Formats: sequence, C-alpha cells, structure tokens
Amino acid sequence: MKTLLDIENLQTLLHTGKAPVRAVDGLTLKISQGETFALLGESGCGKSMTALSIMRLLPDAGETVAGQIKIDGTDVLQLPETEMRKIRGKRISMIFQEPMLSLNPVMTIAEQIDEVLTQHLNLPRQAAQLRIQELLEQVGIPDAPRRMHEYPFQFSGGMKQRAMIAMALAGEPELLIADEPTTALDVTIQAQVLDLMRQIQQRKNMAILLITHDLGVVAEMAQRVAVMYAGEIVELATRDDFFNQPAHPYSQQLFASLPGKQKRDQALAVINGNVPPLSQQFAGCRFVDRCNQALALCHDTIPEWHPVSGQHQVRCHLYNKDSVHVSSNPMIDSSTRNAANIAQTAPASTTSLLLQVTGLKVHFPIRKGLFKRVAGHVKAVDGVSLKIAAGKTLALVGESGCGKTTIGKSILQLIQPTAGSVRFNDQELVVLGRSQLRQIRSQFQIIFQDPYSSLNPRMRITEILQEGMNALHVGKINHTDANNQSPAPSREKEIDALLQRVGLPADVKWRFPHEFSGGQRQRIAIARALAVNPKLLICDEPTSALDVSVQAQILNLLKSLQNNLGLAFLFITHNIAVVEYLADEVAVMYLGRIVEHGHIDEVIGCPKHPYTQALLSSVPQIQSDPDRQIIHLKGDLPSPASPPAGCHFHPRCPKAMPICRESYPPVSAFSTTHTAHCFLYPQEQGSENYEH
Amino acid sequence: MPFSPIILWTDALIYLFVAIVLIFIGYVRHHEHLLTPWKRVGHSASGMSALTILIFFLVIGLLDTVHFRPILEHKTNDGEKIYSVEVLSLLDIVVTPLRTHVEKTYSAPLASHLYAKETIELPDGKQVRAFARLEYGGAHLQNPETEHIGDIIWRGATGLAYGLLIWGIVVACLCMLLARRNQQSVLHNLSDVWRRTTEIPWYAILITLLILLMLIGCVSTLATHYHVLGTDKVGQDILYQSLKSIRVALVIGTLTTLIMLPFALLLGIMAGYFSGWIDDVIQYIYTTLNSIPSVLLIAAAVLMMQVYIETHPEIFETIASRADLRLLFLCIILGITSWTGLCRLLRGETMKLRELEYIQAAHAFGVSHWRIISRHILPNVMHIVLIATVMDFSGLVLAEAVLSYVGVGVDPSTISFGTMINAARLEMAREPMVWWALMAAFGFMFTLVLSANLFADAVQNALDPRTRILKQRNSFFHRPAKQAAIPLNKTPETTTPSGSSQNP
Repeated sequence: MKTLLDIENLQTLLHTGKAPVRAVDGLTLKISQGETFALLGESGCGKSMTALSIMRLLPDAGETVAGQIKIDGTDVLQLPETEMRKIRGKRISMIFQEPMLSLNPVMTIAEQIDEVLTQHLNLPRQAAQLRIQELLEQVGIPDAPRRMHEYPFQFSGGMKQRAMIAMALAGEPELLIADEPTTALDVTIQAQVLDLMRQIQQRKNMAILLITHDLGVVAEMAQRVAVMYAGEIVELATRDDFFNQPAHPYSQQLFASLPGKQKRDQALAVINGNVPPLSQQFAGCRFVDRCNQALALCHDTIPEWHPVSGQHQVRCHLYNKDSVHVSSNPMIDSSTRNAANIAQTAPASTTSLLLQVTGLKVHFPIRKGLFKRVAGHVKAVDGVSLKIAAGKTLALVGESGCGKTTIGKSILQLIQPTAGSVRFNDQELVVLGRSQLRQIRSQFQIIFQDPYSSLNPRMRITEILQEGMNALHVGKINHTDANNQSPAPSREKEIDALLQRVGLPADVKWRFPHEFSGGQRQRIAIARALAVNPKLLICDEPTSALDVSVQAQILNLLKSLQNNLGLAFLFITHNIAVVEYLADEVAVMYLGRIVEHGHIDEVIGCPKHPYTQALLSSVPQIQSDPDRQIIHLKGDLPSPASPPAGCHFHPRCPKAMPICRESYPPVSAFSTTHTAHCFLYPQEQGSENYEH
Repeated sequence: MPFSPIILWTDALIYLFVAIVLIFIGYVRHHEHLLTPWKRVGHSASGMSALTILIFFLVIGLLDTVHFRPILEHKTNDGEKIYSVEVLSLLDIVVTPLRTHVEKTYSAPLASHLYAKETIELPDGKQVRAFARLEYGGAHLQNPETEHIGDIIWRGATGLAYGLLIWGIVVACLCMLLARRNQQSVLHNLSDVWRRTTEIPWYAILITLLILLMLIGCVSTLATHYHVLGTDKVGQDILYQSLKSIRVALVIGTLTTLIMLPFALLLGIMAGYFSGWIDDVIQYIYTTLNSIPSVLLIAAAVLMMQVYIETHPEIFETIASRADLRLLFLCIILGITSWTGLCRLLRGETMKLRELEYIQAAHAFGVSHWRIISRHILPNVMHIVLIATVMDFSGLVLAEAVLSYVGVGVDPSTISFGTMINAARLEMAREPMVWWALMAAFGFMFTLVLSANLFADAVQNALDPRTRILKQRNSFFHRPAKQAAIPLNKTPETTTPSGSSQNP
C-alpha cells in the first residue's frame, strides 16, 4: 500500500523551565493510505506534541528542531506558512479531545464548516450549503438542514464531536489526526463516535492517526499500533501481534496493570515510578528505572530496533538476537505471583448494614424571571435507594450527568436532599443540624475525582492532613485539653503513619501539593480521608483522571485498605473494568434513578436492563470477541430537567414497548439480590412505585 | 524637651500601615510558597527600578509623617514652656532653607531676579521699574549678569560629583554585602553585577540609583542658594511644595486602600461564599453605591465635613490637625466609594473557589465556615487583593489631584498636587506664562504614578498565574535559536526546518 505519511526522526522541543523538554525525540513512523494507526502512551509521553508537529500548530514554546514529515513526498516542515494553510484541513485534518472547547460558541455549526469550505474548495454559496448538509448527514446528525444553523450550545457532547468530525472531513483530507477523540465522552457515545469514524474511513479510504491512552479503543480501531514512551516509539506492531504478544516490557506491564474481572482476587501489577523528565539526555533505555526485566546493559546502552516477528519491532535489549532469549511475557506470571500477599480476606462477620439510603431525591430548582420564580426542577437524583454493608464495595455506574456525584454529595450532606432518608449506622442524617452532623462526620469521608483541585495549593501536606483531625477532634490520644491546634508529638506520629499507610515517605509532609504528581496527590487525598478513621469512603471517580499504571497503584491501595481496615466503599465510576475489579455489588444509574442493582457477577455476567446491556456492550474490549455485538444507543442522555414520560430510557431503548411510554416500570426481581426496573420482565406485586 | 511630638490621625494610620506591611514581609519571608512569587517580583528589572524610585518617595513621605511642635524661645509668665502652633515635620527640618526662603512673588527656576518688574527705589531716591533681585535666590552673587550661569554650572557639577561619590559608596557596600553572603570575592561580585548575571537585577537598580542620587545631589547643592523649581505667587519655593505633596499623595493612595479592604474582603467573600440572600443583599448594596456618581457623593460628604469643622473650631488645636482630619475624611469617603470593584472581583473568585473539591472536602470534615474562609478562601484570593490594591494606588493619587482641583479635595492649607495644579491653573493664562508650578506638580506626580504602575505590573506578572505563563512563552519565543541547536545535532545531515512554530 502507498505510504501517505512518512515521519523521519522528528524532534520537537518545548522551551519551558531551564532545560528544553524533548517532547518528541527521534520519532519515525509511516502511515499507509486508508489505514488506522494508533499511537498509544501515557500522558506526558509526547503523543499530542507529535500530532501538533505534523500540523505545525505547536505552541509558542514549542519548536521542531530536526526531522522530516512527508505527506505524499512533500516535507511539510519546509513549506512556507501560506502553503501550509492549504494542507491543514485539506490534506491533514485534526479532531481534538474536548469538543466543548473546539467549537466557537458564537458561530453556527454551518458557518464554522463553511470556513473550511471557502478556504479549500471555493464552492458557490448554494453548493456550499448543500455540502454542509451532506457532511452533517454523513456524521449522523438528524434533521441536518435545520440543525446546521444552530449554535454549538444547542448540541450535546456527542453531537459536538460529530460536528467536529464533519468539519474535519469538509476538506476531504487524506489523513485524519484524532487526538483522544473520545476521552471526554461517555462509553455509549464513545461507541457511536468510534463506529462513525470506522464507517467514514471505509467509505473514503482515509488514513487515521489515532492518539489515545485507552487500550480498548486501540483494540477496536487500529490496524497498526505504536507504543510511545518518553518521547520515542518503543514498540511497533500490527494490532493482532500487539494484543496477542506484547513485546516491550512497558507494553506488557501496561496490560498487567489493567483492572478486570479475572484479576479480582489479586493485586494489580504496578509500574513503579513515573515517566522520567524529558529535559535530560538519556544514556540508556528510557524505561529502565521502571522495568521489571532490566539488564545491566539497559542502563548504559540505548536500545536499537529489534524485530520480533514480521512487522513487529521493539526497541528493547531483550530481543537482541545475540543476547539471551527471554520469554516474551513473563510479566503476567510474575504479577500473579506477587499478588499472593493481598489475598481476599473478606471479613465475613461484618455484614451489618452500614449505610441505608431510601427514596433519596435531590431536585435543583430552575429559577426564572424577575422574581426568580421556580419554573421547574432538575431532578438530579430522583428516588434512589441503596444499601452498603460494612466492609463491602458498592459501585454506582452510569454516564456523566446521571446524578452519580450528586448522590455521593447528598449522602455526605454536602448537598441537602429534597426528600428521602439517609441512615448511617441506624442514625438518620438528613434531619441532623450542622453541629450534630460534625460529631459523626468522621465516620464517612469522600475522595474526589480531580487530584489537582482537591488539595489546597497553599497548605502543606501536614496541615491538609491535620485539618480534618482538628475539626473533628479525632485521634486525641494525649490531648486532655481543648487546645489541639498545635501538633503534639503523637499527632506528628499519626501523620507519619498515615503517609506510610498510603505509601508515601514521612518527610513529604512539609511539602506543598504542587510538588507531587497526580497519583501521589490522590494518595494524599486518601490519607486525608483516612485521617479521621472513617468506616465508609465515598470514592467519586478517584482514578478517572489518572493514567492506567497509576490507576493500578491507587486501586491496589484502596483494596488493601479495605482488607486491612474493613472500610466500606461507595465507588462512583463510569469505568466498567474498575467496577469488575473492585466491586461487590453494582447499581446502574440512568437519569437520576437506579435501573438495575445486584451482585457484581449477576449484573456484569447477566445484565437484564436494556441500558445495562448497552452500556456493557459499548465498553471497548481488548480481547476481540467475535460473538460480541455492540448495542448502539440512539441519541444522548436527555436533560434531567424534563425526563421523558414513562420509563426514562424508552426513547433510546432498542426494545421499547408502548407501555414504556406511559408509566415507569416497577421493580422486577431475579434473585434475592438482583433487581431491575423494566417491563420486559415479570413485575413484583406491591413494589415501590415512582410517581411523576 | 525642645519639641512636643504630635501624632495626627493620618500619621497613626500610616504607622499602622507600615507595621502591617512589615508584618506581612516577615510572614512572607517564613513561608516558602509565598516567598517564591515575590522573588519573581525581585527578578523583574523594570519592577525593581520602579521600586527604587518608590522607596525614595516613601522615605520622603515617612519623614514628612513624623510631626512635632517646636518649642518657642520665650516662656509664659509661670515659666511653662510654650510650643509653637505651627506643626513641623522632620522633612521640614531637613529642608529648612527651602521652607524659610520665601520671596516676594513669582520667580523662574534658578533665577536671581523676580519674574515681574516692580518699582525699586534706588539709594539716591530715584525710582526705576526693573526686575528686582531676589531676597535669597542667587543673593550671594555680586554680579548676577556675568556670574549667574557659571555659578549654577559649578554648583550643579559639584552636586553631581557628590551624587556619584555616594553612589560609589553604595555600590561598594552592596558588593561587600553580596560577597559576604555568597562567600566570594568583592571583585567577582562586582563583575557579576556589571555583566548582569545576578538573579536580582542589581544592574538596573544601580543605574536607577545613580540617576536618582545625581539628581538629588545636584538639586540639594543648588537649592541652598537658588529656587530650583522657582517660586509661586506668594514666593514659596515650588520644590518645597512638591516634596510636601508627596505625603498627601501617599496617604491618599495607601490609607484609602486600608479603609476599603475590610469592606471589599468581608463583603466580597461573604457574598461569594454564602450566596443566597446574603449575596443578594450585598449585590444590591454595591450596585446601588456604584450607580451614584462618586464625585457627587464625595463632594456632599466633604462639604458636610467642612461645615462641621468650621462650626467647631474649638476641637482643633492647630491648623494642621484640622487639615489632617479633612484629609482623613477624604480618604474614608474615597474608600467607601471605591470598594465595589474589588468586592465584585472577590465575589466571583470566591464563587469559583467554593465549588472546588478541597473546599468540599473541608465541608465533609465539618470545618466551620469561618475557618474555611480564613484558611482556604482568603489565602487563595490574596493575589487578587494585592494586584488590585497596587493597581488602585496610582488611580487614587490621580483622583486626589482631580478632586482638589474641583475644590472638594484636601484642605486649601494642605499642600498637595491637586492644590498646586489648582493654584497654577490661572497662571497658565499669564503673559509671560508661569509654567514651572504646573510642570513641577506634573513631573513629580508622573514619576510617582509611573513607578507605582510599573511596580504593579511586576507584581501582577509575578502573582497572577495566567499572565506568568503567557510571559514565559513570549520570552522563550524570542530566545536565540542557537541555544536550542546545541544538544540536538545528533544527526547533522538532517536539515533544521525553518519557522516550525507558527501560530494557528
């Protein structure tokens, strides 16, 4: 097949800080026409910088200092800017990660696409309008002639990403660069967008450079895969070779650190440390410090490319024919062996009910007009009931905007529930005042999603950890008086012990949060919650902002804490793999209500509700399964301000019946633990009813 | 005691302000995370040069703040000491010649004769209309027509030489200090400063200082025998007036901030943090206050104050204390009318912070509202407060000038830039024009406000994270390309592409 894009020894510098950062350091790759090439790697490995270098859209601090980027034989780095404009959008197009930020909010979708058309095709007005309509229809936007004149805010997240794709396709490019195109989207929407990209590619025979950190997306989309680490490509393979037999220790360790159902009873393999700073000169292999198969040679000799088989190449000394042959995946075996230390010692005696939520409702009023009349309610949480036993994990799964986080916050009484009851250890929380609540606040704590905004940048770690202890008067061993402001020696020791428990050295307590990486910050946030000895920890997507290898560290930590301290978790997430790995029970939420609830094996193994089935089938799988059929949901999550009548899911449900439009389905039980709200199954008599 | 100290209201507040600034500096020095951005201020050449000039103004202002009443020669019948009703300051003592050398009327800068002709009676009884000799300016000259220029040049040159000498001493002291701190030789440090390799831009600071010291030397040698900036209608030295105006400008610039801050901080953070009806009430208050023309409000308040002062002359011991109270009142009313802008900024920032997860976490720990405000929110909005106050300073100095010009500013007996401009305004229409009073006020105020603005810029660049990133990027963009090329020529055969980083 003809080579379309040919990158030769690309070097891109970023001039930040004292020494220039070598974001891309000697990258060489070839993409043929009509193929999907995936560039895989953790954050900070230079994936996006590669894409921006190809488009020559680097930030001011960036500079391409060496290399060639040839598209059909023309070196784009040698072109003047005016020529480059004719290439951007016409021959190479790009889709960005954040659809909300990539569209201009004050221009209609049609105007924005028209910009591309006038730049590259110079169509007459009438033809241009027809072309825009055609493009939008191509990407599956319903009612395109009308919607093309709408503004971005009238589009939902998935629609915006579709519009972005339409814009990228407007110039009929030969190469489409997709930089994490689905990271900001929900799984069901992700499935739609990926499917769309596949269809378009087949139709137009266009090459796609897919940049992602998600192994699942790579497995579904790519034909060839390049693994990028610390600015260079370390492994190059076809998809099947890569997923069947990853060669580089980094790829192997990445696979081992993925959570999943089959790894439930063991600790995840962890890649220690972080990506090394790219401002240094590397003398040996860049991965040597984190590698579990490192040889003495790796420290002082830069590895060359070694063939594994056919097109499969790897930059690792282990595959040098002259040196000792090492079995290609010893990693996974060793990880299983290492994992024996965290055996599942589930405390069977503590099955007492810790948290019971019944009929919880959180409605936010929508106010309108001069006198701020209440014009309606956003029903963020609309009658949710949950139970968590001590020492167990309940996972709350759902798409963004379905009210998961609101549930977490209203259990903590950070948001006042509109109705319902939250009983913790048989004590009703909803009726308690602020000062009464404070006395039992130490029993339940929360860990947030974003480790960057969950720590006050102006407080030292020790102050952050002490805050909760001081406010709740816990851990006063030697404090007889009320004066617990000054840290007594025992308090110091407690903090050291806390940091040790979350795997940080004790001397970090004098530092400030900005000195830590994302994973370390998340550990500090966990330590802060543990400082007050809680029994229940609400984890609000604690790993979704982290890389896979760091996610494994945090999940291991949470699991060992549960085993050692008997903590109960309410684990709020949209990541099914994490749920399979960690949860005992699962509750699936859709638009403020729980649609299916049950034991992990029941829900994941045998999903009953059509939404759960669709959700599970949309998750990109690494193991290619010929029987697997993705259930595509139409459209997006409706607004919780005006949920559809009847079953909330019926407008998107592939199995909708007339009755679904009329009333909300009551509960159907499949076993003592497994329940769902769906008319497809026989109903229980006298079950709770939702009124509208 | 040969004097009786007097602490006027504004003096007390200035001392308080200085104490707050000193405590803040001490606090910052002990907190690494606060110190780092301020060190960045120290690395900005323009900011530090501006600070050098600001410090000069501050020293003059502080000298002018130490007030006292000197003792009089005679005693009362009971043998008690009598203190003068005139309140003097340390600055008045330092520049006594300027204060006491009062001419009859206008004289041009450095002149030896009056600016207007008058009838002079000669010893022989004849009368001539001529430019009379000044009483003090150039009085030592035997023959002004021939000696005048030479004398000025000679004195000016000696002044410059003195300035240079003092500067030399300062440089030597500085290098010795640096040498001691860095454990290196004095010469090594000197060459470091000269080659601009030091972290703090001593080079720029020293050049500013050289210009400043030479100017001061030149002016001070000339000022003993001439009126360097001329005299006004009643023969008072303009230089003296300009120096006295500095304190008023500083008082207005700093005290107003001091008065405005509690309002802005408390109300702004409360509105943002509690929201709901508290937010509504506070918003209504500042929207209402904002919609009243502030000049009208200030005029009304100042006129009320004036009436009060005039009907109660007995409560004021001296003229100075009367003028001072009016100045203080002007500060208060300016403060009350100007807190709304900062309040609005703080409200927005607090609303943003309130939703952040570390505040949510603090709520989950049951931390009290006031503790959240003081430990989490206040430190995180402090950079906005600092930037806003430093930026406001120059605006307030200019506001005083405008208000005094309109006639609702400071007491007419107080010397300020506003009153100087007000007095000079009619003279602009004279033929020949009297330009020096206005020029002096303009020059001093311009220097003060410009250096305050430059310093504020440096502070903003250092403290505001967003502008910091922008500035870094720009400076790197202009960096010479050879630096980047050094470590990367592993493959010399590949051609280095040109212009690879363009804006989209």
